[in-house]
Amino acid sequence: MTAFAELAEQIGNATAVEIMGAGTQRGIGGAVDASKPIVEVRAPTGIVSLDPADMTVRVLAGTPVGVLSAALAEVGQECPLDPENSAATVGGVLACGCSGIRRIRYGPIRDRVLEVRFITGGGRLVRGGGPTVKNVSGYDFPRLMVGSHGTLGMLVEVVLKTQPIANKSSWYTSELAPDLLRTSIYRPACIAWNGKMTYVLLEGHEIDVLSQASELSLEPAQPPPHPIGEHRGRISIDPTRIGSLAKSLGDIKVPWLAEIGVGTMHVATNNAAELHDARLVAHGEGGWLLREAGAPLLDPFGAVPSNREVMGRIRDAFDPLGKLNPGRLPFARFTP
Amino acid sequence: MGRGRVRAEPLELILYQSDAGTARGQASVVCFPESIDDLSFAIRAANRHCVSFVARGSGTGLAGGATPVANSLVIVMTRMNRILEVDPVGRVAWVEPGVLNLDLTRSVRHLGLHYAPDPSSQQACTIGGNVGTNAGGPHCLSAGVTSAHVLAADVVLGNGDIVRLGGLEPDAIGYDLRGCFVGSEGTMGIAGSIAVRLTPDPPETRTLLADFTSVDAAAETVSGIIAEGIVPAALEMMDAPITRLVEEFVGAGYPLDAEAVLLIEVTGLIGGVDAEVDAIRRVALERGARQVKVAITEQDRMLLWKGRKSAFGAIAKVAPDYYLHDIVVPRTRLVEVLKRVYEIADEQNLLVMNVFHAGDGNLHPLFVFDGSEPGIWERVYAAGDGIIQACLDAGGVLSGEHGIGLEKRDYMSLAYSAEDLDAQARLRDAFDPDGFANPEKILPTGSRCGEMKRAPEGTWV
Repeated sequence: MTAFAELAEQIGNATAVEIMGAGTQRGIGGAVDASKPIVEVRAPTGIVSLDPADMTVRVLAGTPVGVLSAALAEVGQECPLDPENSAATVGGVLACGCSGIRRIRYGPIRDRVLEVRFITGGGRLVRGGGPTVKNVSGYDFPRLMVGSHGTLGMLVEVVLKTQPIANKSSWYTSELAPDLLRTSIYRPACIAWNGKMTYVLLEGHEIDVLSQASELSLEPAQPPPHPIGEHRGRISIDPTRIGSLAKSLGDIKVPWLAEIGVGTMHVATNNAAELHDARLVAHGEGGWLLREAGAPLLDPFGAVPSNREVMGRIRDAFDPLGKLNPGRLPFARFTP
Repeated sequence: MGRGRVRAEPLELILYQSDAGTARGQASVVCFPESIDDLSFAIRAANRHCVSFVARGSGTGLAGGATPVANSLVIVMTRMNRILEVDPVGRVAWVEPGVLNLDLTRSVRHLGLHYAPDPSSQQACTIGGNVGTNAGGPHCLSAGVTSAHVLAADVVLGNGDIVRLGGLEPDAIGYDLRGCFVGSEGTMGIAGSIAVRLTPDPPETRTLLADFTSVDAAAETVSGIIAEGIVPAALEMMDAPITRLVEEFVGAGYPLDAEAVLLIEVTGLIGGVDAEVDAIRRVALERGARQVKVAITEQDRMLLWKGRKSAFGAIAKVAPDYYLHDIVVPRTRLVEVLKRVYEIADEQNLLVMNVFHAGDGNLHPLFVFDGSEPGIWERVYAAGDGIIQACLDAGGVLSGEHGIGLEKRDYMSLAYSAEDLDAQARLRDAFDPDGFANPEKILPTGSRCGEMKRAPEGTWV
């Protein structure tokens, strides 16, 4: 019996399963309901095929991102999943749906996934998408699975789109206001701002990186420090409202780091109540805060999407008995 | 909805019985909403009368996605053609679905921005239709297909409810319903307004024309460029018959005696652009290119592109009918699949022309013929079957940008298992439980295991 078939049988027979990756992002999406007998399942690991000339890689979902990155680097390529901890598994990063810091240039991680194979709550192995870089044949399961927190299926294998590693990649700081910097630079890999300093990551041909840095008087620097604290969150907001959100977060003294042009703001604090306050401030600006770590009493999402009815029916379609990661994505349950 | 916006005259029904593909259907009524409320009203009315509905943009689709089946109501979106809002700082535009693709780019050009997906029909096709098929185009090689450029949509579901999918914030709470909707060919509802990302124009652009004395050498150059670690902005290939045809039609400066040409565009900052132009020239010459011309000025570049973009218009000069295919194979299999396409055309004694997105592995074999010739359609369809089989044998997929619609629906079971298709049917039902939205498209009948909509508690699903 293949590893996939064994997993499918195990999930099919279980009452409830928790899908485990490396455990680096377990605070995301809500705690798994401990009142049921939970079986832990893990996706297999390894790189199935890597063809540099196709710029794609087929990888088992349990593979740590660091292992994948090392294999791709040997052929001069990368896949910018960019989790904060490279021990995170490929499947775990995709299931949590958190894109990396270079999103403004390389896009969200959902745009990287070409094909998925996953096991539904009923123990069926399903494939969606295809191994080519372009594909419209049927519904987009790859994008559906990204950010689904393992509640629709257990990812077991994916095909990812890779890219050449830029020949120069450097962080700089700038005195310029972040918005001005954004309109002055062509395709930066990141512009990060913490209210005091603007950081910029430039990637590309060495000549271009150096000439942009000198034209704009950028100073070579280390990457921006993320806010530190036991209780961490990620705010998602219309990027044109970062300025006013930054001001409100300043008023409640919660440290933050904003990804300009993207709308992701990282916040952290050692006081759980402050993470709650940050969430209220985010709601006031039309955004929302995902709890990433700590603050166990805080709701994982803090809001219910307006289209939860469709989401509930989708969950019902893939996991009608609610056995996959029970408790995660609490609003996505169908109530007839 | 008001006089003049709902029509059922026989002549009009005939006009809306198909898209630009070959499948014909039958419309019962045609309506022309002018707002999202009209759209919702029309869908609710269809619901009340138990009539299914299908959205139609400009009707340029080739897979029958907009062809009405089961006496559907045809909802023509072309009057919802306003650009609602352009935010040059956020680089976002809200548009109604009937806005033409190229009109959006033209309207933001003065801001140094453009809308990246650029299907060949961009002068005529609508953004709504592009969303329906997750359309591509030459520049999707580096910029990504439509889904990467759609941030949000206000969608009328199959029951008339209006919901927002996605948002201007980078991540929406819960499942990526926006991602599901894009490319769903109108089977999950109809968008009433769409927020799209606008892309800054590149500071430097070079367009290269490389000509070859063999198709294989051109195809190997494509793989060679990708293997070199270069992802050009566009990488298009044209074979001899189409190159000659286009050259006579527009005089773009293509060599008439080449067996194949590559049209390659690189964009970005000057250092990277120069390095890539040099590397591409070297790769092409090493693989037998006769010459590589580099167009720098806007005028020269536009002329080269005009040839590529008029290819399908030029076909009409040759024969009254054509059948255009759309398949994608892994880029490393391009040479062998292209060979097979020519063999299949020979076997069926058909003229085939190839003009396609080579960098993506997205082939567009085009059969040109006279449909009144007895038995010709059987040969054209047989060749199509052969091409699809060759594509799947090489690990490819059924469609890269045209969609499945009716045309390829019955091939879906060659590409996916029964369980895969059952899961797709369940996802569709979750969006549209009553099945009014563009029925009979994408999934072959019988995709649902036992055609059962919801499992009772305790079932092993």
